[in-house]
Formats: sequence, structure tokens, C-alpha cells
Amino acid sequence: MDTNRRNFLKVAGISTLAGLGGTTIVNRLIAGVDEAHAAAAAGAEMEQKAAETIRYGLVIDIKKFQQDPSLGEKAVNACHQIHNVPKFPEKRDEIKWIWMTHFENAFAESPNLYQDEANQTHLLPILCNHCDNPPCVRVCPTKATYRYEDGIVGMDYHRCIGCRFCMAACPYGSRSFNWRDPRPFIENINRDYPARTRGVVEKCNFCVERVQAGLQPACVEAVGDSKALVFGNLKDPNSEIRQILKEKQTIQRNPSLGTIPSVFYIV
Amino acid sequence: MFEKALKGNKYYWMWLAFLGFFIAVGVVSYLRQYYVGLTLTGMTRDVSWGLYIAQFTFLVGVAAGGVMLVLPYYIHNFKAFGRITILGEFLAIASLLMCMMFIMVDLGQPLRALNVILHPTPHSMLFWDMCVLWGYLILNALCGWVILTAERKQVAPPKWIYFFVYLSIPFAFSIHTVTAMLYCGLPGRHFWLSAIVAPRFLASAFAAGPALIVVMALILKRVANFDAGKEAIDKMVTIITYAAITNVFFLSLEFFVGYYSDIPGHQHSLQYLFFGLEHHGHVYNNLVPFMWGFVILFLVGISLITHPYTRRKSDLWLGIGCASIFTAFWLDKGIGFVLAGFLPTPIHEIVEYYPNINEIFVTLGVWATGFFILTVLYKIALGVEHEIEA
Ligand code: SF4
Ligand code: SF4
Ligand code: SF4
Repeated sequence: MDTNRRNFLKVAGISTLAGLGGTTIVNRLIAGVDEAHAAAAAGAEMEQKAAETIRYGLVIDIKKFQQDPSLGEKAVNACHQIHNVPKFPEKRDEIKWIWMTHFENAFAESPNLYQDEANQTHLLPILCNHCDNPPCVRVCPTKATYRYEDGIVGMDYHRCIGCRFCMAACPYGSRSFNWRDPRPFIENINRDYPARTRGVVEKCNFCVERVQAGLQPACVEAVGDSKALVFGNLKDPNSEIRQILKEKQTIQRNPSLGTIPSVFYIV
Repeated sequence: MFEKALKGNKYYWMWLAFLGFFIAVGVVSYLRQYYVGLTLTGMTRDVSWGLYIAQFTFLVGVAAGGVMLVLPYYIHNFKAFGRITILGEFLAIASLLMCMMFIMVDLGQPLRALNVILHPTPHSMLFWDMCVLWGYLILNALCGWVILTAERKQVAPPKWIYFFVYLSIPFAFSIHTVTAMLYCGLPGRHFWLSAIVAPRFLASAFAAGPALIVVMALILKRVANFDAGKEAIDKMVTIITYAAITNVFFLSLEFFVGYYSDIPGHQHSLQYLFFGLEHHGHVYNNLVPFMWGFVILFLVGISLITHPYTRRKSDLWLGIGCASIFTAFWLDKGIGFVLAGFLPTPIHEIVEYYPNINEIFVTLGVWATGFFILTVLYKIALGVEHEIEA
């Protein structure tokens, strides 16, 4: 999907299910080609503005996930349920958008022989970092992986050719591939979000469809008031997320690679 | 000229039928994969490229290796290669077609392959790889065909073709350089993130490609009454020797950097390939036998092609030597290089790759298709040669 069409969708108030191309979207596109042009111009301006004023980010409080281990499960289940992420019987087919792992895995580049006990035994969530300088976008030969102006790194499942170059390029292992048809393995299908076909890559999309409709990401909502996950606009100095970043010391996953992640961890 | 491919003796047809059998098996296996998905391979979200992309990488090298005939002949006017440059060009065509097939069978959505052209993305190295591979294929097909046609008519090739012949030389270097750039520009994959990958690829290509041509030439001498000439073979063996030693020298530099600096990220993949990688009390080593096979075959091959007796006195030993070098570098690049780059995973887990039987059949099918094309092309080329002689 080209930028114009994407902008049109945004302006038209349809949640930006870029490239998911539901029939309603297609019909409206056919009906509204003229408006589309006008809207596209306006949309380009809006994107420009978004680039200057919005960059979405997420703060993850590792301590809170240690204190209440059920939070992790809630976040993972909420995401996978709402995004139709399948559960395969075989590990080799596995697809995951967000999952719980050990500190030493998430931060493998900073090993510590004398790791504190809490971090040794407890798990923390990892997901796509929505890098400001994303290698996955750089290598994709079809622009099926692209970066929105608001910092979210999204996927066009209808354009992806399944070359998996982005999987080799992502230094965080955030991406999964549909090795087989996922549909039979989705437990409760959510009709508001498309299921994927076999042969395409997918990953956490920072809930772009919810965020652009003014909602919080599903995982953030799922952990409720615990504040274990806080989502917000990094470019707004008054946002909650910026307040937290001001007060607490945070770390990022492998920042030395220059990817500039948008996900921060409070240790 | 195609009619030349339709006349052959019993062995010619038996050989084609033999390849045809593997092609059929490959097609059936691919159809299975097409309808079920790439779950019928050994790949996972951790080792997301496998046998297919590894074969692709190796075969780009074989294709580029053909330039080791074209360059001395056209640039240095090394006349002895006159009869066999066509073998190099046709080998490049067959290898490139195999490369493209390996890419296609690896794609999750092959019907969308055209998206690479419909949405050209210059910041993706895959886009450039596609450009140079197609460019090199077209150049080789054009030059090979025009020159062979002229030869058949026993006239000098038209002048304009030389422009394309010369153009094909930088293209040969570029296909393997850009293929190396698919790997060596990825952050966080330490084994690949090395400036020596491209030169190493070229060195290995300039050994493996000509090694295969020597083997072919020796076979053709026996079965098709075609003599490449002692001088040509001897020169090629010299090229193979230097290129092969350079490749192994570059690899040893990787060892030095990894083990002397003692930075774990720079060692892990080498450790995994050659000695086995210990992780949480378990040693992962499924590629170790292949890599030692590489080392041993290299040593055997290099001894055979450098020792004066085996090199000059015996076609059989020379052929075995070249075949050993070819196989050694296939193990190195067509198996080890791609797979080891994925380990350990970004979150420091070890997931070993074991190819699926279906995947192996598809791989064999593509190789068989390539050799089928190569056989037909060589048949045509030799048919023309024989026609001139007669
Ligand atoms: S974490 Fe990986 S998939 Fe996500 S934006 Fe960064 S490179 Fe891309
Ligand atoms: S698999 Fe899809 S998203 Fe990833 S690089 Fe290839 S085309 Fe782009
Ligand atoms: S932000 Fe949305 S897509 Fe990403 S992990 Fe959370 S719920 Fe899933």
C-alpha cells in the first residue's frame, strides 16, 4: 500500500489497518478516489506533524513483573488474543509478539556472573522495540515493513513476500514467520483484526490499530493500574512516560547497535 | 542451435533421465511445500534461513567463478582459454538459474515475488542483488549465444559484443559482493558482521567455480571427445590453488580476531561450527562433522592439485582434487556460513537446524534442474565445436 493510500485511510478515520485491506476499505477506496486525492494532501501534512510531535514508546517496570508474576501472562494473553496470534502444537512453528523471558536473555549483551536473585528467577516481557532506526525496515525489499511517522514499525501482510530478510536483520528476535496456515490454530478468533496467511512475517505492531483510535495497547490495558507497562508519547515532555523516564533510571536492549529502541526497562 | 541438444547417444539420454527423476521428485516435494507451507523445512523463527538460502549463496559464487576464464582470455589475451570460456559462461547461466530457483522456493509468498520490482527499495540489499543477478544472467546468455553463433558460422564475433563481455567482468564481482552484503550489513549477527565476508566469498567462488569447470572438462574429455587442452587446465588449476588458499587464509583471520580478542560474540559461531558450543551444560555441535569435512577435503584437494604427479600426470587424481576443493567449499559456504550466523539467537538461545526430508528433495530437485540445463547447454556448445572441426 502506498503512502497516499495509507494517509487517506488515516484521514478517513478508518483505523490504520495498513494493507489488511478489508472489503469495506476497498469499497470505500473505490467510491472515494477523488476525496482520496484531497485527503492524501491533507494526510501528508498530518504525517509531517506527527513526525515532529509524536513518537510512541513503552516503559516496562521489571520489578512489578517480579512482584506479580501473573501480570506477564495477562499481557501476553491479551496481545495474542486480540491479534489472532496462533498457538501451534509444535515449537518449531511458534509465533509470538510479546513473551516472557529471563533477564540474561533479554539483555544478553550485558552478562553478569553474579546476577541478583530476583532477575535470575523472574521473567520479564520482551517485544518489538519499534526502533527509531530499524534494521528490519532497512533490509525489507518490498517496504512491507515500514515505519509510521509516529515511530511505530508496522507490517503490510499483503505485500510481504516472505523472504525473511527482516528476521535475519532484527537484532532482538522480535519477528515470527507463518510457517503454515495459522487459522486453524487460533483459539478464539477476533473478527476485528485480520488473521494472517501462511508465508508472511508478523510481530508486535504497538497496537497501531488501537493507538490511532485513541486506545491504549492491549498489553498495557491488560496489566491495568499496576503501571508495569506505561505507553505514551516520548516527544511530549509532559506525558506520563516522560515523567517516569525523568525519575527512574532505565535501560534498553542492546543500544550499542544504534537501533534507538522505543522500549525502556526500569530495572 | 537447440537441435544439437536433441541428438545424443544412449548415455546422454540416460543421464538426462536420471536428472529428470530428481527433478520430478523435487517438483512434487515443492508442490507439497507450496500447499502446506515452509513448515516442511527445518527452519524456525530462530534459524530463519536454511538449506535453500545457503545453496543460493554458494551458487552465486559458482556463477561468479566463471569470470576466472573470461577475464584472462579477454583482458590478458590468454589464448588457451579460447575453447573453454563458453563452458564458464554456460556454467554461470545454469548456476544463476539455480540461484533464482532457490530464492523462489524459499519465499513464503512466491506469487508476490514481483513486489520487489513493483515497490523497488534501494536501501534493501536484496533489491540490488536481484538487479545484479538478472544483469549477470542476461549478459552471460547474450555473450555466450552471440559468440557461439559467430563461432558456428566461423566468423569473428561482432564488435559490439565485446562491450558486454567487458561489462560482465565487473558484474561477476558484483554479484558475489552484493550477496555478501546481504549478510555483512546486519547488526547483531557477529559472525556475518565482518568486512572480510565479501573478499572471502570471492576467493571461495574463484576456487569453487573453476574447480567445477575442470571436473566438467575432464569428464567431457572422456565422454564427449572434447579436449580443453593441457595448458588451459593447468592455468585453471593455478587459479584454483591461489584462490582456495586465499579463502582459507581469510577464514583463519576470522579465527585470529575471534580467539585473540576473546570477545564472545566473535567466537560463538566459529566455536559452534568447528568445536561445538557449550550452553547451559549442553554441547551443540551438529555442524562440526561438516566443518571438519571441509578442512580435510580442502587439505586433500590442495595436495592433489599442487603435487606435480597428481596434478599433471593423472586426470583422475586431478579430477578428484578439484572435486574435493569444490565439495569442501560447498560445505563451508553451502552449509556452514549461513546456518552458523543465526547462532546463538539474539536472546542467546541455541536452536539447531536439521533439514526436513521434503526440503532435501526440493534442494536436490533444484540442483538436478541446474545440471539438466547445464548438460543441455554444454551439449549445444560441444555440438558446435565438433561441427567446426568436422
Ligand atoms: S525490534 Fe526488530 S522488528 Fe522491531 S523495529 Fe527493531 S529491528 Fe524491527
Ligand atoms: S519477509 Fe516480508 S517484511 Fe520481511 S523483509 Fe521480506 S518482504 Fe519484508
Ligand atoms: S503493544 Fe500491542 S501488539 Fe505490541 S505486544 Fe502490546 S498488545 Fe501486543
